[in-house]
Amino acid sequence: MSAEAHDHGHDHEHEHHHKETFITKYIFSIDHKMIAKQYLITGIIMGIIGIAMSLLFRMQLAWPEESFKIFNVLLGDKFAPNGVMANDIYLALVTIHGTIMVFFVLTAGLSGTFSNLLIPLQIGARDMASGFMNMISYWLFFLSAVIMVASLFVEAGPASAGWTIYPPLSALPQAIPGSGTGMTLWLVSMAIFIASSLMGSLNYIVTVINLRTKGMSMTRLPLTIWTFFVTAIIGVISFPVLLSAALLLIFDRSFGTSFFLSDIYIAGEVLHYQGGSPVLFEHLFWFLGHPEVYIVILPAMGLVSEIMATNSRKPIFGYRAMIMSVLAIAFLSTIVWGHHMFISGMNPFLGSVFTFTTLLIAIPSAVKAFNWITTLWKGNLQFNPAMLFSIGMVSTFITGGLTGIILGDSTLDINVHDTYFVIAHFHLVMGISALYGMFGGIYHWFPKMYGRMLNKNLGYIHFWVTAVCAYGVFFPMHFIGLAGLPRRYYTNTNFPLFDDLQNVNVLITTFALIGGAFQLVFLYNFFSSIFYGKKAVQNPWRSTTLEWTTPVEHIHGNWPGEIPHVHRWPYDYSNPNHDVDFVPQNVPMKEGEEVLHH
Amino acid sequence: MTSLLVIIVLVLLAVALWQLTKIFDLTQVGSSSDDSQVASDNDNNVQGYIMFGFLAFIYIFTIYGLLKWGNLALHTPASEHGSLVDSLMNITWVLIFTVQIITQGLLYWFSFKYKGNKDKKALFFADSNKLEAIWSIIPSVVLAVLILYGLYAWNNIMFVDKDEDVIEIELYAQQFKWTARYAGQDNVLGKANVRLIEGINTLGVDMSDPNAQDDIIVSELHIPKGKKVHFKMRSQDVLHSAYMPHFRAQMNCVPGMVTEFAFIPTYTTAEYRELPFMVEKIANINKIRAVKSAELVAQGGTALDPYTFDYLLLCNKICGASHYNMQMKIVVDSPAEYKKWLSEKTTLSQDIKAAAAAEKTAEGAESTKDSTSAVNDTVKAVIDTVKAVVAKVAMK
Repeated sequence: MSAEAHDHGHDHEHEHHHKETFITKYIFSIDHKMIAKQYLITGIIMGIIGIAMSLLFRMQLAWPEESFKIFNVLLGDKFAPNGVMANDIYLALVTIHGTIMVFFVLTAGLSGTFSNLLIPLQIGARDMASGFMNMISYWLFFLSAVIMVASLFVEAGPASAGWTIYPPLSALPQAIPGSGTGMTLWLVSMAIFIASSLMGSLNYIVTVINLRTKGMSMTRLPLTIWTFFVTAIIGVISFPVLLSAALLLIFDRSFGTSFFLSDIYIAGEVLHYQGGSPVLFEHLFWFLGHPEVYIVILPAMGLVSEIMATNSRKPIFGYRAMIMSVLAIAFLSTIVWGHHMFISGMNPFLGSVFTFTTLLIAIPSAVKAFNWITTLWKGNLQFNPAMLFSIGMVSTFITGGLTGIILGDSTLDINVHDTYFVIAHFHLVMGISALYGMFGGIYHWFPKMYGRMLNKNLGYIHFWVTAVCAYGVFFPMHFIGLAGLPRRYYTNTNFPLFDDLQNVNVLITTFALIGGAFQLVFLYNFFSSIFYGKKAVQNPWRSTTLEWTTPVEHIHGNWPGEIPHVHRWPYDYSNPNHDVDFVPQNVPMKEGEEVLHH
Repeated sequence: MTSLLVIIVLVLLAVALWQLTKIFDLTQVGSSSDDSQVASDNDNNVQGYIMFGFLAFIYIFTIYGLLKWGNLALHTPASEHGSLVDSLMNITWVLIFTVQIITQGLLYWFSFKYKGNKDKKALFFADSNKLEAIWSIIPSVVLAVLILYGLYAWNNIMFVDKDEDVIEIELYAQQFKWTARYAGQDNVLGKANVRLIEGINTLGVDMSDPNAQDDIIVSELHIPKGKKVHFKMRSQDVLHSAYMPHFRAQMNCVPGMVTEFAFIPTYTTAEYRELPFMVEKIANINKIRAVKSAELVAQGGTALDPYTFDYLLLCNKICGASHYNMQMKIVVDSPAEYKKWLSEKTTLSQDIKAAAAAEKTAEGAESTKDSTSAVNDTVKAVIDTVKAVVAKVAMK
């Protein structure tokens, strides 16, 4: 299919001669490279908000109900009178932190940035299948981000029912103030976000299927493209389900229907709702919610695979096994959602089924981890900052993934469900890991995005401090979870039973503050390098993939002349048939050259 | 003060590191080539050693954590199925630590060992069916064992045999407190619905149901050691979760449906307090509280009460602003103590009758008296009723 399709690319060849104004170039751009940068910058800004929130509530947890000037400055007199954080704003902070980090940073910021940047460049296309739809996708995302941020300034406070917004808490303003206007804005923001995500995903899928250049068969795609492609498919399957859940919740909230509500007595009166079930919402939510975890982590895995191969100067080990494991993870991810609901009141028999499917995911995950480790073996490792983050990602993915064996097992989940153990687990396996993947991607493809280099020494400092702090925050957290401390508690001072956990909380917060502060090193490096970084050469990492055959200066249409043709797989590093240690994909096979991989 | 200190330390650290990068930059003066921001052999060497150092950090931090915080984790389970859960947990932990130590070791050791330089060429090693078969099959086998053990335990815990001799207790959740209802002599809970909530019948028990007549409502949970307790859970407003960590028991409370969980307590509260690990834990907590108390007293506050252990029922599903303080004390009695405790309680129907009688007396008094004193009496009667309700609800 791709062989015929590549010619269509030529239609766009002369588009870059069009006069571009500031607005068409930087704002309503339809160039995928610019849209990628827009996603990235928006994602970074949302990331600053999300991480800052986590630091605030970590301070409350370490020094409960102590007065901090900064609380009063940031949260105002209503939510932090005399600098003491109020309990309802605490819940709002954890809710919005979760929402922003999962959706706005690690979904849109990560997948949006790198899918847009790399899909056309790595498959040899001049742009996305629909540049216009791509632009709309970004601007819907931007709109949803604006609405989410605006919800922080609602009088009664933003949504505070947890990022999972389980009804009835999220449906009844009587139950919590944040479930009034704040929740309405949350739902509207998410509905727009989903529309944006669907448009993006459809575009990625169509582009990968139709616009590959000549010779770029599916088994010659870099693993980045494979993961973006599969991620987009999971997104298209599961995001609409969240949209329907959000719509039904809007109906329950505003039009008096009873999809999720039944038999409720609150604030001295019986409400009319009859026959609905909150468990139904949980099913719908997690039908997206669990695949969402993989929507977050798969692109990070793709980026890491690519960066590791390049910087090990070795082919990624088990290319086909990596593809198969991505497909297996994607398939399994859609049938494991019930492991979030073992103790929700659903039939215990379902719990057995979900335990089985959940633990199966460990197999393709283990294959991936071992393949990455083997990729390092006998390599010629180039420790660029991106490589450090990739190794770090494998490390945190293993550490966090292993505790999934506990949480995925319904029997063991009974006692650690919704404790800090869960927080430690998912922050390592999908939060920190995906963030490392994203950082790795930024360090690696910054030259492609901005034509300049990031400062490597700042990168080294950024990585090592972050790596120590990430373990410093989340490793001790397992223990307070095993002690039975529930999550989403404003303070545990009402339980003398947990008094011996306080020192640990102080240690965790200290690591979090240091780690948070050192992200400033990254921000400085990022924003100053855009303008003052060292000029990049065309292929600074000596990589084999097609994006490094484009000129450093961006042009609309990506390649000035013909689109390159592909003659080999993307991992011909240290190929014994060649003297150089990398052979780009567009270099024809030598006469009689054998293919050395499966 | 602490935060100020932290911030100062942070700023100083940042400055120090900034100076360090300046030095790095200075060492590269003269190498004006465009690849100055690409890792050099020197970088590879330095970073390779740091990789090794980081591996040491992970190992040391793990050991330190186990020694220092290992005893924070919940210890001896206080329920019969709890030991099943804990043994599965321990097996899983052994597996996890083994895999963690080996894989992290390989990852960072390879990073150290194969740090690159210009003269080296990597080995072209694209795939090996044998290796991949090994690391697909081994996890499959291990997981099969875990899955089977897990499902065996899960089925044992979650499915309550209908013929079994159990004590039926309802756990009732609302923002932000727990109430318990005992089934009484007939051991059958009366029907209930929030639409029937009225006056002191705060759980909406259907008083026309014969089974409801002997139901008893209390705000402190007592259960007997060695007898299976079958909890039926309801919520009147939002999702809550009944979490009893020492019993390895948890189940969500969902408005509109009844959920259940059953277990057999194996230690009375008094016995559990005497377990060596618990004696140590209590002493440790009291040491921490003594320090805090001293601070509070110095600031003119009141000292904290010393801590004694009690089993707790916590809410473990976000349920509103005061979610962090929704708890109920659980007391595990010996069967004799339990019987005695329960026999001293009045049933809900008795309470309702008493409340109605009190109201009637008040009304009767009202009709015989002139209007001014009638108002006084009504107020008094209302206060009495409220007191009765409060006493009932807060009954210890």
